[in-house]
Amino acid sequence: MDFGPHLMLASLEGAVISAILVLTAMGLSIVFGVMRVVNVAHGEFYMLGAVLTWFITSIVGGHPAIGFVAAIVVAPLLVGCLAAGADRLILKRVNYDPDRTIVATIGMLYIIQQTTLMTFGPEARPVEAPFNTRLSLPWFEWGENGFAMIWPWGLSTTSYKLFVIAAAAMVLVALWLVLTRTKVGLLMRATQQDSETAQAFGVPVGKVYSWVFGLGAGLAALGAVLVVPIQQAHYLMGHDPLLLAFIVVIIGGLGSLPGTVIAAILIGMSDGIISVFFSPTLAKIIATFLVAMVLVFRPQGLLGKIAR
Amino acid sequence: MLDVRDIHVAYGQVKTLYGVSLSVQPGEILCLLGRNGAGKTTTLKSIMGLLPVSEGQITLDGTELTGMQPHLIPREGVGYIPQGRRLFPELTVAENIEVGLMTRKQGADTREWVLDLFPRLRERLGQQAGTLSGGEQQMLATARALCLRPKVLLLDEPTEGLQPSMIEQIRQVILKMKSEGFAIVLVEQRLDAILAIADRAVIIENGKNVDTMDAAALKSDPGKLRQYLGV
Repeated sequence: MDFGPHLMLASLEGAVISAILVLTAMGLSIVFGVMRVVNVAHGEFYMLGAVLTWFITSIVGGHPAIGFVAAIVVAPLLVGCLAAGADRLILKRVNYDPDRTIVATIGMLYIIQQTTLMTFGPEARPVEAPFNTRLSLPWFEWGENGFAMIWPWGLSTTSYKLFVIAAAAMVLVALWLVLTRTKVGLLMRATQQDSETAQAFGVPVGKVYSWVFGLGAGLAALGAVLVVPIQQAHYLMGHDPLLLAFIVVIIGGLGSLPGTVIAAILIGMSDGIISVFFSPTLAKIIATFLVAMVLVFRPQGLLGKIAR
Repeated sequence: MLDVRDIHVAYGQVKTLYGVSLSVQPGEILCLLGRNGAGKTTTLKSIMGLLPVSEGQITLDGTELTGMQPHLIPREGVGYIPQGRRLFPELTVAENIEVGLMTRKQGADTREWVLDLFPRLRERLGQQAGTLSGGEQQMLATARALCLRPKVLLLDEPTEGLQPSMIEQIRQVILKMKSEGFAIVLVEQRLDAILAIADRAVIIENGKNVDTMDAAALKSDPGKLRQYLGV
């Protein structure tokens, strides 16, 4: 394959990685932005979403699409409720103290991981995609007969991967509308800016925190539901997304949602392209190196603000 | 209307109020006077439920506010204008007002009433609150509290850092609220701003109130002020 089509293939892989990453990183970013909680258990909520998707699709029979639709509704909801419960039960009890919430979420990480291991076992579980048509992609080239459209061998994607990209974009738009256009979003943003004053204006800050923590975990789970038809569900799969989500949130600027989106696309695309042309390890090395550079030259992140 | 009876408050281990009492009636302006660190802001925060009251009692129209969840207190009709304004800086003017309206589920008529009081804000509805000038920020903080249609208005140093023309505007609004029957508790450092409009003054020293006097008495006996405030 020529370089051009090869790059396009790599970019498509990168776009899929970006799509998943943007959802998980957004969850982490919202939780940090509103609650100032560094959620180390975020990757486990992702993992739980993936394993629950396998569980749900395996008990719902019939066409794989039925199970998948059930999973995309139920799994994020279930994970969100679990996270909201964990907020009430654990984070609220430590008064959202920054140091203690880190320790508390590390504890949550192991509890969720080991409970999943004991309940569902150590096997990697495949989930069948609801639809998975292979689509050949055209390439445009200026050849001897002038401008022509060719169909290079091997340049293809699947309808499911395109669906993942579209679904992530839709979720992002929906999230943005909720945050900027609804009363719930206004309450979240007011709490983010000044939680004490928000309380003095009748905002039930405790409830907002639970909702936000649930929403963050739900977003991670949603990303996982989308990923399991591509990547198998496994009880240890939460580590990589956690690391990447942290990288994205630090590069984008802690708590800045537009920065998170930009950084997720940047990291996802570079991960995809570098993995295809060189190796996945190099991709991780470069991402980590980028974080180091951002921390040195722009500690607040791309779009972050300097703390007042 | 608002009754504070002998409240004791601590910030963690550090006790800051050792028995403060005050009461304010509709259509009355009550001033809290005292040196820096005497406990004026702490008193207002305690009324809002933002600090734990260990002893004593706070009631509004007979409803007990002590121990109520903090976010329910403003819903009883307590409007708070915190020290330093404490706007939501990245929300727009319109959104800051919206937060105030949501507190007691007020509608468009309250919004209009507030914007008529502060026409300047109407011109700046889409602007981020943090980019307003100091005076406009104070107007917005006041407007946000008035959006509750409160029974009691708590103002913490509303004229701090403002130019004289702006101070005069704020004072006019406070007087108007008084004539509309709001009970007003005012913390203020500038005595000249207070003496002209206050009905009564409570003097707080080291977390206790040491004296309550009519404004008239305060004016005729400046020696007392010197004694308590060192001015």
